[in-house]
Amino acid sequence: MRDLSLETNLKSALEALFHERNETFYASDIPFVAKARQEAFSNFIRLGFPNPRLENWRGTDLSKALDTTYEFLVEAPGDEIDVEKIFQCEVPHFETFLVAQLNGWYVYRQSPLTELANGVIIGSLAAAFEKYPELVSKHYGKYASTEKEGLIALNTAFAQDGIFIYVPDNVTVPDVVQMVNIVDSEQNLMLQARNLVILGNNSHLKLVQCDDSINHRYTFINSVSEFYIGKDSSVDHYKLQNKDEHSTLINSLFFQMESGSNLSSNSISLNGGIIRNNTDVKLAGENSSANIYGVYLMDRNQHVDNHVRIDHLVPKCQSNELFKGILDDHASGVFNGHVIVHKDAQQTNAFQTNKNILLTDKATIDTKPFLEIYADDVKCSHGATVGQLDADAMFYIRSRGISEENARILLMYAFAAEVVNKITIPELRQRIDDMVKKRLRGELSICDQCVLHCSSQEKKLTFDIDVTRI
Amino acid sequence: MLTIKNLYASIHGKEILKGVNLEVNAGEVHAIMGPNGTGKSTLSYVIAGRQGYEVTSGEIIFKGRNLLELSTEERACEGIFLGFQYPVEIPGVSITNFLRTAINEQRKYKGLDPIPAKDFLAQMEEKKKMLELQDKLTNRSVNEGFSGGEKKKNEIFQMAMLEPSLAILDETDSGLDIDALRIVATGVNKLRRPDNATVVITHYQRLLDYIVPDVVHVLFDGRIVKTGGKELALELEEKGYEWIKSQI
Repeated sequence: MRDLSLETNLKSALEALFHERNETFYASDIPFVAKARQEAFSNFIRLGFPNPRLENWRGTDLSKALDTTYEFLVEAPGDEIDVEKIFQCEVPHFETFLVAQLNGWYVYRQSPLTELANGVIIGSLAAAFEKYPELVSKHYGKYASTEKEGLIALNTAFAQDGIFIYVPDNVTVPDVVQMVNIVDSEQNLMLQARNLVILGNNSHLKLVQCDDSINHRYTFINSVSEFYIGKDSSVDHYKLQNKDEHSTLINSLFFQMESGSNLSSNSISLNGGIIRNNTDVKLAGENSSANIYGVYLMDRNQHVDNHVRIDHLVPKCQSNELFKGILDDHASGVFNGHVIVHKDAQQTNAFQTNKNILLTDKATIDTKPFLEIYADDVKCSHGATVGQLDADAMFYIRSRGISEENARILLMYAFAAEVVNKITIPELRQRIDDMVKKRLRGELSICDQCVLHCSSQEKKLTFDIDVTRI
Repeated sequence: MLTIKNLYASIHGKEILKGVNLEVNAGEVHAIMGPNGTGKSTLSYVIAGRQGYEVTSGEIIFKGRNLLELSTEERACEGIFLGFQYPVEIPGVSITNFLRTAINEQRKYKGLDPIPAKDFLAQMEEKKKMLELQDKLTNRSVNEGFSGGEKKKNEIFQMAMLEPSLAILDETDSGLDIDALRIVATGVNKLRRPDNATVVITHYQRLLDYIVPDVVHVLFDGRIVKTGGKELALELEEKGYEWIKSQI
């Protein structure tokens, strides 16, 4: 089959590259990185790229994205990049601690690690390998298994840098940390971005991950982030995706959760060629709780795939999934929510909901909420809906004098609002809310800079929505 | 204001309205009564322009225009308001925004500029006071989590804000306790003007203790079979719909 040979070609190119790099750059890897890299590489050779024949990739076909020549950036960019020049966040009153990656490399080469007074460390993962090997080796590669997923193996085999965040015990990080992944290149690029976030006990972090491209070349971003959330700690996580049609974005998140910890993760997918969000949660300590949310608004030939896997390993944990999407034109979507309640995980509460609106008969969604339960004292539910805009509601709105087109936008907005309202950072919620409105009005294209950097005329808006301005 | 002539309408091929004739003049309050399933709601939907209802013959003239040629929203902009029996929930959209959008679309239709925010807010305050509505209600999403009474009060509030020429209230009294009924009725009475008209569709006479109609119609099997003054409602309450059956 053609696609297979293509994969094989790209695979052999990557294989050759790996051997070449092994002699040079990777030779200086510190031992735990080297071990993870070599294991991952042999796993990648065994697994290769995923294809739709695999159950986990049913509905998402990467063959076209893999049928492209990509450059593989193996060198760090020049010494100092003026981030201000390429990236400005203009969310009003949105004070963030900004860390940026350019083409997969940590941007601030001169000071790769910032150590704050409260003990928080933020900076380059490559630098953290060198400076904090004991801390990093406890977690790096421990949650993102390379055994079964070719793309995780690929990332681990080639990853060299990314963002590292460490929050010690008993620290509430006051600012929202904003991780920006910028792609700026004259060539088509394949990136293996790698992030590691470690929280000690009783600590709290709010994190916004933005994916952005500047030049509209073909990109294949294969990003892996591992999170360790210590006892009684919490992570409030957002992932914003507003990429162009030429991009393939594979975003894999792994959360390891200890007792009493809380996670809220919200994926907001507004634009992109192919977006695949993998969210893997291990509830490993009692009384921990994970809320995984997502909203996706796709049109044209865009494709979005949300895969969630939640393992209830111990008793008394909660998980809750809510994903809502609107698909227009020929857009396609996949939702796969897989919750496994392991044998001893009694008194589990696990809920899954996926709701979709298809605006045309060419748009498709393949939804699979899925519970696998081996304990007997549990409360679990799952449900999926696929529908059109509600005819009763359309009539109600139009009977007030609102045009059919605006009534549609109002209903789509109302549909997405349930997920948007889960955003707990008010400035971010307002911004996302504006973006959703713009997206539904067909005004939101790719911003030149950050996904949050829209030249917003709506800052003066007193009202949440005013579709008469369309 | 509204003239309905020999109106026949069906849904999914089933004929519901079988020759309705109705004349409503400015300044009047009409009540349409009748047992369940006789076409009361269908009549209101056909006037408001709900999709799926097919008018097979007859006409509806509203302020000199053929209503059947207009879309739902155009009819609303011309001054038709339908108070729903089952108002729809719209999560994520506050009543304030919903109404401002509706008012501005209606203004756009009439060639007017959008309403200044200040005027809009002042108008909201005035109407809220008039209808004895709680302040918080308008910040909530449209009908989301509202009690039956709150939904109906919200319908009347929307009517007060949109100031229609002809309001059709479809079973607005159903599911209301006496207090809510009083508030709804007070609203309707306060909004009554020489240049507007109201059609109250109801199953029971109870609402008509509070909203006194000028004309009462009885709709039965898709036709208006009896028309009279307010005393007709009382007679109907006393003798029941069986009495109507025996008359035709």
